[in-house]
Amino acid sequence: MFEWLSDNRASIAAVLILVMTGTFVWSIVVGRRQARLTANDEVFGDPVRTKGGWYWAVCGVSALFLLWSYYSWGVGRAYFPNAANEMCQIAKLEEAVSPIKAALPIGSRYYKSTLLASRNSDQLDNLEAQLEGTVFSDAEKSELLDVIGQVRELIANSSNPANMGEEPKAKLLSLAERLNELSSYIHAGPNGLTPSDEALAQPKWGTTFTEIPILPITERGMLFDAASVEAAEIAGAFNKIRNKFSANDVLIDDIKTRIEALKEINESGEFDELERANREDYVKAVERIFKRLDDGLIFPAAALEDVDTAIANLDATARDAQGGLRFADALFFPGPGIVKSRTQCTEQGPARWLPKPTDVVATFARLANPDVESGGGYRGFPLLWWDWLPIADVVAFFIPDWIADVWPGEYASHGPDGTITPNFKDKLLAFAQGDVSLGHVPMLDGHIWDSLFRVLVALALGIFLGVPLGLLMGVSRFFKSFFDPLIELYRPVPPLAWAPLILTIFGIHDDGKIFLLFMVAFAIMVISARTGASGVLLSKIRASHSLGATDRQIMWNVILPNAMPEILTGTRIAVGVCWGTLVAAEMLAGTTGVGFIENIARTVSDYELIWVTILIMGILGLVFDLIMRWIIQRTIPWRGMG
Amino acid sequence: MADLVCENLSMTFTNPQTGAAVHALKDINFTLKKGELLSVLGPSGCGKTTLLNLIAGFINATDGNAKLGGRTIDAPGVERGMVFQQGALFEWLPVSRNVDFGLRMKRNNPKENEELVEKWLDIVGLQGFGDTPTYQLSGGMQQRVALARCLINDPEVILMDEPLGALDALTREKMQSLVLELWKETGKTIMIITHSVEEALLLGERLFVMAPRPGRVHKEYRLPFAERGLQESLREIKHDPYFSEVREEILTMIWDMEEEIMGRV
Ligand SMILES: Nc1ncnc2c1ncn2[C@@H]1O[C@H](COP(=O)(O)OP(=O)(O)O)[C@@H](O)[C@H]1O
Ligand SMILES: [Mg+2]
Repeated sequence: MFEWLSDNRASIAAVLILVMTGTFVWSIVVGRRQARLTANDEVFGDPVRTKGGWYWAVCGVSALFLLWSYYSWGVGRAYFPNAANEMCQIAKLEEAVSPIKAALPIGSRYYKSTLLASRNSDQLDNLEAQLEGTVFSDAEKSELLDVIGQVRELIANSSNPANMGEEPKAKLLSLAERLNELSSYIHAGPNGLTPSDEALAQPKWGTTFTEIPILPITERGMLFDAASVEAAEIAGAFNKIRNKFSANDVLIDDIKTRIEALKEINESGEFDELERANREDYVKAVERIFKRLDDGLIFPAAALEDVDTAIANLDATARDAQGGLRFADALFFPGPGIVKSRTQCTEQGPARWLPKPTDVVATFARLANPDVESGGGYRGFPLLWWDWLPIADVVAFFIPDWIADVWPGEYASHGPDGTITPNFKDKLLAFAQGDVSLGHVPMLDGHIWDSLFRVLVALALGIFLGVPLGLLMGVSRFFKSFFDPLIELYRPVPPLAWAPLILTIFGIHDDGKIFLLFMVAFAIMVISARTGASGVLLSKIRASHSLGATDRQIMWNVILPNAMPEILTGTRIAVGVCWGTLVAAEMLAGTTGVGFIENIARTVSDYELIWVTILIMGILGLVFDLIMRWIIQRTIPWRGMG
Repeated sequence: MADLVCENLSMTFTNPQTGAAVHALKDINFTLKKGELLSVLGPSGCGKTTLLNLIAGFINATDGNAKLGGRTIDAPGVERGMVFQQGALFEWLPVSRNVDFGLRMKRNNPKENEELVEKWLDIVGLQGFGDTPTYQLSGGMQQRVALARCLINDPEVILMDEPLGALDALTREKMQSLVLELWKETGKTIMIITHSVEEALLLGERLFVMAPRPGRVHKEYRLPFAERGLQESLREIKHDPYFSEVREEILTMIWDMEEEIMGRV
């Protein structure tokens, strides 16, 4: 069932998108009709105007879904399931011809030859200008000037079409012809090409880690795939063509010997270290420019014109051959499209970091599968499930080992026959360390539960310690003045600033995180309980005194309930802040939890997983808040009614 | 012999900002016999609330003392019940838990409490409202709860600080009758503060008109209207010529005091 859903996610998305589009339109129609009905009932600014309006919620949700689907290419994949595969083949062709294009003003603004000539000439000018201020002798200076002149000549010679040899000319011509043939091949269209079985057996788009199947599965794809093979060969041939001729060969040999001679003088040992370094630097700079020019990479612009035209022709043909795909690409695949890199085709633009809704759900379902053996969960640990928890572990958690240590008596030692008879002290230690069998209880388990558990324990501790202290601070000068500076000193520090310290002290396991969260919750609970306690009306306190209540009774029966709204609001805030802090703390250290998953996902750039964790956190936060709202509704309906 | 006696009762506040002394009360002397109904009237700021707080034991006098049944008052106690203007009910509790609050604090038998609550809700006219949250009651009903809560404790003196001040005219009149009825039936000593001259006349068997700066008893009346109010309708009493005469006299008196305050300021 899950497999089937997963494999057909594109079709499911297609249906969903249609439904959502319908819902979107329908909600707008309903909304507009409702707006007309109530138009005259309420004046602007009347809070009643914000009541109701569920249809706008539907409208917003469906709009969000549609936008998400669109920018993640969900729409494109739903209605053009083969588009990515075809675009991948086109990207292959693009990749194959890119070395040729790089030499032409198609891939960049100028011919590569133009850039080589102009940049190196500029650098020669610079060197020449610097020559006057160098340490060389006058004779050497004129020699260097001569060499620079020769290198200039090299550039000039290469750029002159008249100098070009017959062989490179012929090669370029045949290359242009091969390109034109390739264009005709593409223009002729896919005649009888059938995708290979291997290609058809590939997983569908989105169901593998590399996302896009790389072997062509359509006729058009086959055509482009085949063209890309030929194009790669042509590009290889193009890379081998050199503009070499005898006039330059002579020049090159001459320059080489003259530079060698200069180098020898530098190394003769006549110069001190600094002078030698300066001389070597200058000569090396000249040599570096020369080396860039000595292997015939500068062609006359006129010589490349044929290739240029052929490539432009190939581009145009390829564009035509794409047919309807071009429009699909422009309309439904926002962003730069698909790029083929060495071994795979990848989506670029928003689709890269924004996974498709169906993919997120599929990833979530995979993680939510509690069967860790068959690939569920994350890193061998389920997302949220249950397991048998030994009761002994729970007991051991509450009984510290030192209780056994301080128990009177000594631990047993091995007897003469080599065996040990444990005494009571040993048994107590086993108890404290959980080395006993007390049966098992079912317990929640998994990454989400681990995160939840940390928050809940910290929150409970924060409430049970923070509320009493806060109440006391609200009624007692001593408690207020004594604890106020302490709490106000640590509270304003962002919790994450404490994290490194606390994780060092308590370790990276639950203790550290729980303590960190406890600090957060505690401060919030103290402050809210204190505000609630000090906000109690004096007349209520006086009335209770007159009714014979003792101080303790007033605390329990008047001040605590009176502070309840603030305490609950504080709890609500604390839940939110704890949750946020926890995820960050889990990203710092640990081996389980939602934040841990996101941290790993971040390091491997698994955007789907990142979005899944974001979604989990959002949903859990929402659930928390709904529960808190429900509790508040139930427990303090009298809020603000006094 | 549970008389309320004030001897040279004085209260001086120190303004925390300026450090200036405010003579809220100076040398108050009076004796309120058991079962008497005293209403206290005076311009705003003349120390009425301060006087009541002293007797309730919420604050301690700077000089002189107040005694109830011979014992000096130095702390709040169950024998002196308080009824505040408003906001002193526990809105998180239903009516019945509000009413038996004092009994529960004494750890009284819950069953007995239940019966007493029934009885007192009946007396103040709130039968069947035991489970209603107090914030769902009208202002008049809330004051009935406050009265029942105070009376169920069986105090010797009932102190009321403008208990009907926040009520509308009609409710107020009904509540005035209720106070008179309760006074008659329970025979409690009642001290009631009000800023309404009519109310003070209607409810005051005795009536103090206080004057400000320093707060003192300016004039004392003994009036027949409270007794009469037990039989006659309050509205008729208000048309009595004597009633009108006293009312005008007191109004003029307070008017003059206000003038004086304004003049001095
Ligand atoms: N806690 C206090 N601190 C300082 N001054 C106070 C305090 N309580 C009351 N006063 C002053 O005492 C005077 C009497 O106040 P109060 O008894 O409330 O007057 P009343 O109730 O008659 O309107 C006023 O001038 C008031 O400003
Ligand atoms: Mg007052």
